[in-house]
Amino acid sequence: MALRVLEFKYKADNPVTIAKEWSHLGVVGSGDLEVLMESKDLDGWLTVKVVTPVTGFDKVWDLVLGKFANESQLGNVAMEINDNNATPIVVSMRLRQALAEANKLQTEGE
Amino acid sequence: MDDKSMQREWNTLKMDTQERLKKAAPYAKGKIVSAKDTVALLEAVIKPGDKVNLEGNNQKQADFLAECLCNVDPKKIYDLHMVQSVLSLPSHLDVFEKGIAKKVDFSFSGPQAGRLAEFVKDGKVELGAIHTYLELFGRYFIDLTPRVALIVAFEADEQGNLYTGFNTEDTPVIVEATKFKQGIIIAQVNKVVEKLPRVDIPADWVDFIIPAPKPFYVEPLFTRDPALITDAQVLRAMMAIKGIYAEYGVTRLNHGVGFDTAAIELLLPTYGEELGLKGKICTHFSLNPHPTLIPAIESGWVESIHCFGGELGMEEYVKERSDIFFMGPDGTLRSNRCYSQTAGHYALDMFIGGTLQIDKFGNSSTATANRVAGFGGAPNMGCDAKGRRHSTGAWLKCGQEYGMNEQLIGDLPRGKRLVVQLQETFREKLVPGLVETLDAWKLAKNANLDIPPVMIYADDLTHIVTEEGIAYLHKCGTIEQRMAAIRAIAGYTELGLQADPKETRELRKLGIVKTPEDLGIDISRATRSLLAAKNVKELVEWSHGLYNPPARFRNW
Repeated sequence: MALRVLEFKYKADNPVTIAKEWSHLGVVGSGDLEVLMESKDLDGWLTVKVVTPVTGFDKVWDLVLGKFANESQLGNVAMEINDNNATPIVVSMRLRQALAEANKLQTEGE
Repeated sequence: MDDKSMQREWNTLKMDTQERLKKAAPYAKGKIVSAKDTVALLEAVIKPGDKVNLEGNNQKQADFLAECLCNVDPKKIYDLHMVQSVLSLPSHLDVFEKGIAKKVDFSFSGPQAGRLAEFVKDGKVELGAIHTYLELFGRYFIDLTPRVALIVAFEADEQGNLYTGFNTEDTPVIVEATKFKQGIIIAQVNKVVEKLPRVDIPADWVDFIIPAPKPFYVEPLFTRDPALITDAQVLRAMMAIKGIYAEYGVTRLNHGVGFDTAAIELLLPTYGEELGLKGKICTHFSLNPHPTLIPAIESGWVESIHCFGGELGMEEYVKERSDIFFMGPDGTLRSNRCYSQTAGHYALDMFIGGTLQIDKFGNSSTATANRVAGFGGAPNMGCDAKGRRHSTGAWLKCGQEYGMNEQLIGDLPRGKRLVVQLQETFREKLVPGLVETLDAWKLAKNANLDIPPVMIYADDLTHIVTEEGIAYLHKCGTIEQRMAAIRAIAGYTELGLQADPKETRELRKLGIVKTPEDLGIDISRATRSLLAAKNVKELVEWSHGLYNPPARFRNW
């Protein structure tokens, strides 16, 4: 199936960025997705690029991502989602987990 | 005084049966008929237009007899009225294709549901009605009494006693209804032995025994591989345990067959333990021997389980846990669908399971536009038993919260069964689980049914659990409020997008809707790592090697 690219952007009142420069979570398995986050100077905006085989759910993506943006107040972050038919709840759960992962303190070498 | 009594022969059934048995005598040695004479036997004892029961349910199948019935001569045997629990083997429908049978009354049709819908549409099958198990069993004693029953057992002895053992299931109720109305009982068995482990069906109720060429088929329908449980299912399981099991102190219950309830079973020894619920919930079940319940049993959660049927691979485990399961003097399980459904209807405080679709009023159905799937036993448990008169804590609490109680029965206190549906707002392939209108309406039209097949009606449903929250529907005082509560937990489905945020906030204040946050559940903890067993191999380890999973579930 042809993949489609959707682009969204959100601006928080008091944008907070992520602790890591770059972070990755998830696997593009069936019904799942991967989330990449990159800290970037975007004038306070959160940008989201979604690559998905699904049609007819653009409005739902906007609602799910908008809710996440509003709750997290994320800004100056470029996010990329590679989706393989994940349901809205899976998207929401992975976004939360991705954010937790992106804010983990570097523990390498411990 | 005028003699108004009828002049008639009062024992025609008995005489007819004796005639049939006489015709069959050449094929039998004692009661034993060889496999190759089975078709001839059936042609001797069955007459056109008979009501015939073919044993089989969602577990064991009289598969050899089903095939033999397809091979009788349709010029001799035709217009049969099949009365049977399930239509699940191809032969169950072939018998209609061949013109041997004409009409069917049944309960469940899982794998043949699509073909059945076609047959009904094309007029190849005359559909009597789709029943629940107890309803169909009930009719066996009223207006659907079989003339001949083709049943299945593990073993027989020379006299004709039967051992149905672990998979007793529907056999006793079929035999009782048939034999005691002068009917004929034919049993396929895996083997004939000198001495049975125990007698499940006495010999004088059985007319013929056929040692089948191969052991009867059993479907491991209740085996769920923990490896396939998703994080979203873990989340709903956490919500159900905290927001319903703990909230009402549910001790006596039945779990549906899906992955959602498997997740709950596997969370009892972890999340349930953490919440201090051991001994307070999930002590008594009406349930098949679910492999995913092994960790909870092993950690001391469960006191008693009565089984509808067996489950392939659980034989040895069950045998070694006789305090928990119902057991014969020989030390093997005795399952019994009729009794377990009766227990499920009257003696449980909660039914919880998944479904395919829930409509805006709260009616739920597993029917799709082109599959006549039937009901099985779920509606016998997924309803408020109106004849119940004993009380328990969970039942009373649910009744006290019932928002319609006063409008219906005034100031009298009455309890209410908890009927819970677990539903992901979107199922796989992004098909919505909560909808404006059930597909059951389309099916009713396509298959020419009198009413859309509904698994659980809205007035029986008390709770819906989605990842967005729990709707405590029974607390609602009006259908408008109930519909608003459903919209509030319908997420991003078209139904959910109609929710009014102000109204949702109000329902949360009233405790009619609770989100994971309201329940104090941290969503980021909802991962598979909470499962007490993460795959089938770990279930085997929990069972101390007693659980022996079927080959298709072994990948090590």
